Amino acid sequence: MSEPTNSYAAGGLPPEVVRVSEVSKRFTVRKDSSLKERVVTLGRAGRRHRQDFWALSDVSVDIRAGDTIGLIGHNGSGKSTLLKVIGGIIQPTSGTVLQRGRIAALLELGAGFHPDLTGRENVYLNASVLGLSREETTASFDEILEFSGIGQFIDTQVKFYSSGMYVRLAFAIAVHTDPDVLLVDEVLAVGDEQFQQKCIDKIKEFQREGRTIIIVSHALDQIESLCDRVVVMNRGRMAYDGLPASAVERFRELLEENGVGEARPTQTSRAAEIERVEVLDSNGQHVSELREGDAFRIRVHVRMIRPIERWALGFSIDTAMGQMALASNTDLLSVVLPPLTESRVVEMTVAEARLNPGSYYINANVSGISEATSHSLMQAAEVDVIGDSRSLGSVAASIHIV
Amino acid sequence: MHAVGVSAGWSPRAIAASIRDIFARREMLDLLVRRDLKARYKDSALGFLWALVRPLVQLAIYYVVLGHFLSAARGIPDFAIFVFTGLTAMGLFQEIAIGGTGSVLANAGLVKKVYMPRELFPLASTGSALFNFGIQLAVLLVATIVAGQIPWHPEILYAVPALLVVLIYGFAFALFFSAMNVYLRDTQYLVEVATMLLFWLSPVVYSWQMVQGIITNEIALDVYTNNPLTLAILGFQRAFWVSGQELAYPSHLALRLGVAIVIGIALLFVSHRVFLRLQGNFAQEL
Repeated sequence: MSEPTNSYAAGGLPPEVVRVSEVSKRFTVRKDSSLKERVVTLGRAGRRHRQDFWALSDVSVDIRAGDTIGLIGHNGSGKSTLLKVIGGIIQPTSGTVLQRGRIAALLELGAGFHPDLTGRENVYLNASVLGLSREETTASFDEILEFSGIGQFIDTQVKFYSSGMYVRLAFAIAVHTDPDVLLVDEVLAVGDEQFQQKCIDKIKEFQREGRTIIIVSHALDQIESLCDRVVVMNRGRMAYDGLPASAVERFRELLEENGVGEARPTQTSRAAEIERVEVLDSNGQHVSELREGDAFRIRVHVRMIRPIERWALGFSIDTAMGQMALASNTDLLSVVLPPLTESRVVEMTVAEARLNPGSYYINANVSGISEATSHSLMQAAEVDVIGDSRSLGSVAASIHIV
Repeated sequence: MHAVGVSAGWSPRAIAASIRDIFARREMLDLLVRRDLKARYKDSALGFLWALVRPLVQLAIYYVVLGHFLSAARGIPDFAIFVFTGLTAMGLFQEIAIGGTGSVLANAGLVKKVYMPRELFPLASTGSALFNFGIQLAVLLVATIVAGQIPWHPEILYAVPALLVVLIYGFAFALFFSAMNVYLRDTQYLVEVATMLLFWLSPVVYSWQMVQGIITNEIALDVYTNNPLTLAILGFQRAFWVSGQELAYPSHLALRLGVAIVIGIALLFVSHRVFLRLQGNFAQEL
């Protein structure tokens, strides 16, 4: 595994690097944690204070060298637990996990940084935590420093670092540990846009080098564009394992089954809500199908719960895969909406958008400017675009060979 | 392919694997010890000198209050050296036990996010305790030179098994209680009380010869003496306290120390297995 490569013996599958067999993990939730409570609730009474919860049940996955696997699922579905079991951070209750090569877990950037030590000292410590020897760290130290862009501050205690510097240094160390298997848990969601791009670039570089990457993320578009295989977790079980597009679809189905994504009163003090969204053609008729290139209107029903002085409204159109195709809001349009004093309808016309044929979901969001309140309704409406475009992606175009 | 994590099994192979795993991370252990030490004295002007202040103040208190006000020094030649010898040895044990017990909890950030043999944390506490012990030992040796009681005699060899006893029992203690502490936070207070008790149970500020004069029952005296920490303290006193050589010591001290080492290794082994059993759930209990 020291020379990652994409070419394998003729016809043979790439070697397995991780094999998860029939893994189950039980968590015991206790309501008492001090000795006194433990003694008081000893024996039978104690069992009532305990609650078993299966975070994983009977999960088996084989992961081969060079795979980029996405783990998706709603909160509490067991995806992060599975990642931790693969990383050896949590021991499974039953089942086995076998592994080959060096695993580096990017579960939290900067885990183990000591605030009182300098950047340099922390580089050595953190690299060693991730499995690098001192010579290896010394050899790649300049590269790490360069990548992080920390410069002269490397000899300053990290407690004086800004959070951006902290994250950059941590990421620089992690990607220079030369892992065979990289576990990534939501870390792509931190940092500014430029930094996120750097992360993605590095991950793509790892892919080209034939390393194995396992990513847990809520960003479905990211998962879809990076992974070549996606596992959907639901209540501790594997609900799907296969191609990203169908996995995302399966995930959406699960979300609907579980009632996530529908308007739910999560915040009772909310001032306004998106009630529903309609799609109309340019004549004001309800439609569920549009021709490619047709202008259309989006009508958003906003329900007022409490009056708001200043507020904003936005919408987005997602592809069936969950990737954003088009979005805008009153802020971008420089529109100031009148104070919301009663439930009302906001209508927007969208012209000259040339969406490629396929089905699209429309999401809408209302947020307060004068006070903090926000509500989004995901997949509030669905519309199919029909046409005879000969291109891929979410934009249609007339393309000719010249 | 190899299994991820560690097995808590009793088979020789599982045991060898877990020890190999720790050995492979010795560089990291070294860094953890350095981190502990550096971080502790980072922003203080006197730095490592502070490691000496506590034992020296303790020495002064025991020397003045116990030795002279309460006349414990009567019959103990070079009382200062005697007390400091005991304090140095006992300090090592206390630091390993208390520091080690809190070590897994103190490194919760690492335990939750990265895999590594978790024994490294109590081991690192042991390492930094050994460093402080080294400083104190150097001071003790300087003191013996100043007092003209240089421990250049064959009995200095007692220091080796005595140190081993302190290390083995201290580490076994730290391993067991650091794992317990993750599940039950009361453990750290329990350990503090226990080490205080052990301090007064051992002849650190009073001499074994006094105990011998009070406990006349042979068996009771043996029970008192065979406390491994008492044996270790006595070993240190034989090694470094030159002016006490003529006093009576328990018979076969070397043999007793040897037996304590063997039992200690067995204990260490058991507490390591317990640690491995419990560590599988550390990440979610923290």
